[in-house]
Amino acid sequence: MTDLTSLTLAEARKGLAAKTFTSLELTDAHLSAIEAARVLNAFVMETPDRARDMARAVDEKIARGDAGPLAGIPLGIKDLFATKGVRTTACSKILGNFVPTYESTVTSQLWRDGAVMLGKLNNDEFAMGSANETSCFGPVGNPWRREGSNTTLVPGGSSGGSASAVAALLCMGATATDTGGSIRQPAAFTATVGIKPTYGRCSRWGIVAFASSLDQAGPIARSVRDAAMLLRSMAGHDPKDTTSVDVPVPDYEAAIGKSVKGMKIGIPKEYRLDGMPAEIEKLWSEGAAWLKAAGAELVEVSLPHTKYALPAYYIVAPAEASSNLARYDGVRYGLREQGKNINELYENTRAEGFGAEVRRRVMIGTYVLSAGYYDAYYLRAQKVRTLIKKDFEDCFAKGIDAILTPATPSAAFGIGEKGGADPVEMYLNDIFTVTVNMAGLPGIAVPSGKDAQGLPLGLQLIGRPFDEETLFSLGEVIEQAAGRFTPARWW
Amino acid sequence: MSVDAATVRRIAHLARIAVSEGEVPHLQGELNAMLAFVEQLSEVNVEGVEPMTSVTPMQMKKRQDLVDDGEIADDIVANAPATEGHFFLVPKVVE
Repeated sequence: MTDLTSLTLAEARKGLAAKTFTSLELTDAHLSAIEAARVLNAFVMETPDRARDMARAVDEKIARGDAGPLAGIPLGIKDLFATKGVRTTACSKILGNFVPTYESTVTSQLWRDGAVMLGKLNNDEFAMGSANETSCFGPVGNPWRREGSNTTLVPGGSSGGSASAVAALLCMGATATDTGGSIRQPAAFTATVGIKPTYGRCSRWGIVAFASSLDQAGPIARSVRDAAMLLRSMAGHDPKDTTSVDVPVPDYEAAIGKSVKGMKIGIPKEYRLDGMPAEIEKLWSEGAAWLKAAGAELVEVSLPHTKYALPAYYIVAPAEASSNLARYDGVRYGLREQGKNINELYENTRAEGFGAEVRRRVMIGTYVLSAGYYDAYYLRAQKVRTLIKKDFEDCFAKGIDAILTPATPSAAFGIGEKGGADPVEMYLNDIFTVTVNMAGLPGIAVPSGKDAQGLPLGLQLIGRPFDEETLFSLGEVIEQAAGRFTPARWW
Repeated sequence: MSVDAATVRRIAHLARIAVSEGEVPHLQGELNAMLAFVEQLSEVNVEGVEPMTSVTPMQMKKRQDLVDDGEIADDIVANAPATEGHFFLVPKVVE
């Protein structure tokens, strides 16, 4: 039998349906892979007993013939998703040993559809980071290394554990979240597929909040088809999230293989940055050529406020974070550091429980919301956000179906290489992805090639609101042309 | 705009994060780097532009004013660092 961990989700589904192997066998194969890959630090908690119980139960269902669309598929869950009875920390010391008494809507839908949980995945603390270096459980290793080098690279962030685990074949897919690029950037760094759906597509209920107007859940997967299958289960209206949108969830898989002939693809000139590496430029032209060869029409477009998206994000996101993270006060859950009075208890708990990046963002958020500065910073940023969204609306109004851009300005870098002196250096990683969150649009990152050092690079497609289907159709064209990329195993 | 050491201490207190004197200069530098980065927003003409309040145009959802959850006090206090019965324990707040 071929190694069960090397199958795509779609292939595994076929094998399970044909009874070539059981979910328990598939789950065991992945549990062994996880055990052998602990050096990557992708999982912060393994749940093998639970996984085997879930697999056995679903095997019975498959035998009875009433299996759901993800029956028997072993997945990893980002530690930002509340999982009932299983420690959930957002990779922050301040949540300590928090064990939710409830399940997030997104994960409950995955279990409803038959998926199996292998464990919880590492991420940047409260999803604040672009390299998975801010986790209280330590950094995650990227399964990819530069050719001829032993240096461990970052997998990107904040969903670094999700991307690393999927790329290293430790799970068949993973949940992730994206506030400024946290699904798409790690997907690009690891040659996996990641989609951030339209804001409102997936329920945020039960996901640890970072910046509520930007946060969306989505999958990281081994192929475009796998991502489509996972998103179908994750998406859907939830009365418990007032921003979750009550529109039907299409069968995303049906969009795969659909002709893209006649589609208009926007190439935004503002994404051509000064000093952009030549190989990113080349990748972008290649991607455009592939879409053109498939019958799409390329149109140069302008998104004039692009350069303001990242600075506006670094006002809006910290502001919302400072408000959301006010709940971590050492009283109702998580870590408590004693103090002489209640204020000292709060201050000591939050100083001890939050890492440096989180403290920094909570403080900047507090500042931009404080009396006298609100108008100059927060209100202005929200106005700029309106302009950023309008840029996209104008573009789509001209008949553009999707926009093609690079996913990241570089390939993966080494642990500790960036952001040491100036936090902004790290923030620039999200320059191509953050606009999409600011405008609430769907965006997909698809592996598209390698740089001169043999590291994966990805392209991003940005779609109209609630038109993830077009992204899947176009994404698969790129995937077919570029091929699939698997890292050489060193762990 | 940039922040001085006194402002850093004030923000830290507003955010309820204890900051030692030794951390202030470093934090001040980092916060000022971020403020310098966002400074470029001042060149955008935002006259007459509405601030964004909802990224997806939608009506605020409403529901019937009925109790639909509750009676889960055990769950609510399950993860608290200090409790007595169904109460959270904190240092004395009112003299």
